Amino acid sequence: MAQDKNPAFVRFKNIEKRFGKVTAVAQMDLDIPEGALVTLLGPSGCGKTTLLRMLAGLETPTSGDIYIKDKRINDTPVHRRNLGMIFQNYALFPHKTIFDNVAFGLKYRGFSRDEMTTRVEKALETVRLPGVADRMPSQLSGGQQQRIALARAIVIEPDVLLMDEPLSALDENLREDMRREIDNLQQVLGVTTIFVTHDQREALSMSDKVVVMKDGIVQQEGDPEEVYNNSANHFVADFLGHSNFIDARVEAKENGYLTVSLAGGSSVRVNPAGPFAPGDRAEIVIRAQKMTLGFREDLSREPEMNYFTGKIVDRSYMGGEVSYFVELPTGKVLHVINFVKRSPYRRGDEVFIQVDPYHCRLLGD
Amino acid sequence: MKRFISGWTLIKLYTLFVYIWMFTPIVAVVILAFNPQQFGSFPMEGVSFKWFVKLSHNSTILDAFKNSMVLGSLTAVFSTAIGVPAAMAFIRYDFKGKDFLNTLLIAPIMIPEVVLGVALLLFIRWLQQPKSFALLLIGHVVLTLPYVLLIVQARLVGIKREYEEAAMSLGANPLQTFREVTFPLLAPAIFAGMLFAFTISFDDVTATLFWATAQHQTVPVKIFGMLRNSISPEINALGAVMIVLTVSIPLAAGYLSRRFARGSA
Repeated sequence: MAQDKNPAFVRFKNIEKRFGKVTAVAQMDLDIPEGALVTLLGPSGCGKTTLLRMLAGLETPTSGDIYIKDKRINDTPVHRRNLGMIFQNYALFPHKTIFDNVAFGLKYRGFSRDEMTTRVEKALETVRLPGVADRMPSQLSGGQQQRIALARAIVIEPDVLLMDEPLSALDENLREDMRREIDNLQQVLGVTTIFVTHDQREALSMSDKVVVMKDGIVQQEGDPEEVYNNSANHFVADFLGHSNFIDARVEAKENGYLTVSLAGGSSVRVNPAGPFAPGDRAEIVIRAQKMTLGFREDLSREPEMNYFTGKIVDRSYMGGEVSYFVELPTGKVLHVINFVKRSPYRRGDEVFIQVDPYHCRLLGD
Repeated sequence: MKRFISGWTLIKLYTLFVYIWMFTPIVAVVILAFNPQQFGSFPMEGVSFKWFVKLSHNSTILDAFKNSMVLGSLTAVFSTAIGVPAAMAFIRYDFKGKDFLNTLLIAPIMIPEVVLGVALLLFIRWLQQPKSFALLLIGHVVLTLPYVLLIVQARLVGIKREYEEAAMSLGANPLQTFREVTFPLLAPAIFAGMLFAFTISFDDVTATLFWATAQHQTVPVKIFGMLRNSISPEINALGAVMIVLTVSIPLAAGYLSRRFARGSA
C-alpha cells in the first residue's frame, strides 16, 4: 500500500438518483478514503443500497458523477469497474462448483489455468475454507456460502469491495463471527470497503467511518464514537442505540454548564454548552445506558449530578441487563438500561434516576 | 363399531374410476392395434403386428409422419428462438408497452383455434400468397409461442438477478453473463418449452386443418381424413405409435433434464 492514502479514493459528487417521482439519493457528496471500511447505515429505503449499486454500475445516476481513483466511471460498464460485490443472499452460481465460482472473475482477467488454481486455493485459505473446491454451493451452509462469496470477490483484487447487507441472511450467532471475520480480512487486505447495513451494531463495531442516511440524504458522517456520542440530529440519536428525548428550554449558562428547564418545572444541567444561549428551545438526548437507576439509599447524592424521580411502569429482563421504563411525575416515560447488580428492580418501584450532565446532550430544533 | 367404507376409501375408488374413464379409450386403441381382424373389436383373436407392418408400407402416412416431425422440430426451434429473448426482455427490462406486447404474445392461448386458423388464412389471402409449408410453420409458431414464453418467464423470475449482477461485477460482459450464468440456469425451462412446442405442434388438428396444403399433411390431419372414409385398424396402429411417442419423449426429456440440472439449487 502506498504511504499516502487517497482521502477520496471513491468520490460521489453531487450524485442524485430518482425512480420516477421517488428520490432515492438526493444531491449527495461523499468521499470514501483509501483502505477504509465505511458503512452506509440507515433504515430501509434510505438510499444506501441505491448508492452502492450506482457505484457498482448496476444503477445509473440521474445526475452527478462518481470517481474511483480520481477517474470518472459513470460511463464505465459494470464488468470493467473491477469491483468485488457481496450480496445479501450470497449469489453463488448454483450450477458451478466452488472452484469455478471463485475462479469466475479470474477467467476474464487472462490468468493461466495454473495461476488460477493457485489464486483460488489462496483465496479459499484466506476465508478458512480450504478443501471445498469440488463441492457445489448447495452443499455448504449459509455462513460458508457467504465466505465463498467473499473469496470470489477478493480473488480478483478489486479496487473496492462492496457489501450489500452481507450478514442479514445469517443466524444471530454466526453473524457475530462473520462480522469479525470480515473486519479482520478487511484490515489484512487493506482493501477499501463499503458496507451497507441497517444494523447499527454492525456499523459501529467494524467501521472506520459511519455514514448515517435517511431519505436519500446523509444525516451524519464520522467515526463510530462520534456519531454515537455526538449525534448530529434527532434522527441519528434515535437510530443509534436507545435514546430518550426530552423537550427543554435553555435558562442559564455558567462555567460551561447550561441549565435547562423541562416541562413540569424541573431543571437539568448539561455539560458541553455548545452553541446554545438562554432562551433557546432544544431537546435533551440521554442514552438509556447512561442513566443509573436506584432507590434513594443506593445512590450517592452528588451536587453536580442530575436526578429524576419516577416509578417503574414496565421492564424487560435481558439476561445481563434489564430494560426499565420509568414514568416521571410529568407522565414522560424514560427508557433506562442497567446491568443487574443484585436483584433487578420491579414494576411499581419508586426509583431515582441519576445522570451525569456530561451524558445529557442538547439538540437544536 | 366397525365402519366398512371410510371417506378415504370412497375417494380412492372415485379417483380410480376417473383414471379408468380417462385411460380406457387410449388403452383400447393400443390393444386393438394388435388385433389381426379387419374390423377391430373385442374379443380379440390372437396378437398380430400386421397393421404396423402395413402402416410402415403406407407411403402417405410415412410422408405425413415425416412432415409432422419436421414441422414439430422447426416449430420447437423457432418458438424457443423467439420465446427466450422475448421472455428475457419481459422479465429483465422495462420498456413502454411491455404489458400490452406480453398479452399479445400470450393471446393465442385464449383465442379459439378455429378463429386463429381462419384469421391466418384470410391474412395470407390479403397478402395474395398461396398456402405453403412456411404458412403452416408460422401458424404453429404462433400457437406454441405462448407456452414457451410462459415456461421460460416463470423460470426466469426464479433466477435471481443477483446471479447476473455478480457475474457482471466479476468482469463478465452481458453476453458472457448470459452464456455462463443465465443460460445454464434457464436450460431446463428452455428444453421443456421446446418439448411443449414440439408436442403441441405434433398433435394439433383444428388449426392445422385450415393451414395444411395437400403436400404437407400432418399425421393428425391424415388420421382425421382417414376416419372420414372408414375405421381402418391401421389407424389404431398409428394411434399406438403416436401415443408411445408423445408419452415417451417428455418422459425421456424429464429424466434427462433432471440429470442435467443435478447439483443446481
